[in-house]
Amino acid sequence: MTETDMRRAFIDALVGVAPDIDPGSLGEDEHIQRDLGLDSMDVLNLVASLHDRLGIDIPEADYPQIATLALAVPYLQAAGASGQG
Amino acid sequence: MGLFTMPSLGSDMEAGTLAEWLVKPGDHVSRGDVVAVVETQKGAIEIECFEAGIVDELRAEVGAEVPVGAPLALILAPGEERPVESAPELPTPHRLASRPVSPPPPQGSGSIAASPAARVRARELGIELAGLSGSGPGGAILLADVAPPAPIVPPGPVAATPGPRATAQTEMRRAIAAAMTRAKREIPHFYLSATMDVQPARDWLDARNAGRPPDGRLLLGALFVRAVVLAAQKVPVMNGHYRDDAFHPASGVNVGVAVALRGGGLVAPALIAADRLDLAGTMAGMRDLVMRARAGRLRGSEMSEGTMTVSSLGETGAEAMAGVIFPPQVALVGIGAPQLRPWVVAGEIVPRQVVTVTVSADHRVSDGRQAARFLATFEQQIATPEGL
Repeated sequence: MTETDMRRAFIDALVGVAPDIDPGSLGEDEHIQRDLGLDSMDVLNLVASLHDRLGIDIPEADYPQIATLALAVPYLQAAGASGQG
Repeated sequence: MGLFTMPSLGSDMEAGTLAEWLVKPGDHVSRGDVVAVVETQKGAIEIECFEAGIVDELRAEVGAEVPVGAPLALILAPGEERPVESAPELPTPHRLASRPVSPPPPQGSGSIAASPAARVRARELGIELAGLSGSGPGGAILLADVAPPAPIVPPGPVAATPGPRATAQTEMRRAIAAAMTRAKREIPHFYLSATMDVQPARDWLDARNAGRPPDGRLLLGALFVRAVVLAAQKVPVMNGHYRDDAFHPASGVNVGVAVALRGGGLVAPALIAADRLDLAGTMAGMRDLVMRARAGRLRGSEMSEGTMTVSSLGETGAEAMAGVIFPPQVALVGIGAPQLRPWVVAGEIVPRQVVTVTVSADHRVSDGRQAARFLATFEQQIATPEGL
């Protein structure tokens, strides 16, 4: 998947968990918990949604690597390319 | 069987707005079936019926504000005749009967957050939800956001009451204010706290979750809820309702789980019969409750049948909370966020994740001794997570 596809998948999954987030004004470095207010259940649902959409299984230890859009896109691209998908 | 009436979905609820009928005359219903959706101060709630029968007549119009205890529908047992002194006919029964019954909105991604009442109104008016901005929790579109207000229904058993409506956020705040003011006025609260080592639970959880797909993972919050349920079984004086100047212990544990809503407010729907769920079942039940709390699809029984409540501050943040009991319950367990602290384990000072648990209890029903026993039982359970 291209960077644009990954970005879209991540934003779609995020908005699925927190429908009040405006995809247009989502900042690259906004932290999903500190800035966007996701709780641990929301983060689990986000990870589950990414698993469903992309087939990428993000272990708990890697949750910090999807904490912002800027972090998540390269992480997901690398995970997808390494054959997890 | 007979009249199906507006249930009370909280200690201070006076009325609810009928948002949607999910049955029509002639439908067979079973105990526990969701028959209607009612919009309350705490959001849209699915109303279940408690006996089996056949829907004979719908007595309230969608959009009508119906007082608690007022009739919504007539449901007859199979073979039962409609009572002769039946209330006046609805002005437009055929329109109601032919209203298409819409399925619950899809959960999860992509869909626009909107209350069922707002969806119905928007459909009636031919307005696209996507073009509206919501004032509800999480920006959800509410009835009041869909203009203009519903046409006035001709006078009948229950009339719609259009007019200026407070935003859902204000309504939610009012509901919380009413319930909490009553709690602080009527319940002589007392509080006991204990700070405990949750490192064994954390380590056990990390090992258990490793290698599992997201859907199979547990959260620390599920272990806490499970430990509360087991402690409530050991100390039944914490679990039940105070009504008519007496404590009525509950036979099972319907543990209320406080869920903060995005955009403000909170609800504490109950995980029904949590004492019959194992740890994985508890986690699945909590996930389902949170998703439905966000989507506005909680059930009436979940709003009214909680026997005690857990309020957890999550995995990061403040370390302790002494909470306010939800009447008519008699206890609330406030769980702070885990903190890394120097802790003495087997004579050595070591860094450990610790949690402060605070029980708020009703002094009309229990004393410090029982609250202390509750905390000790909780601590034992959380120290041996494999037994949860």
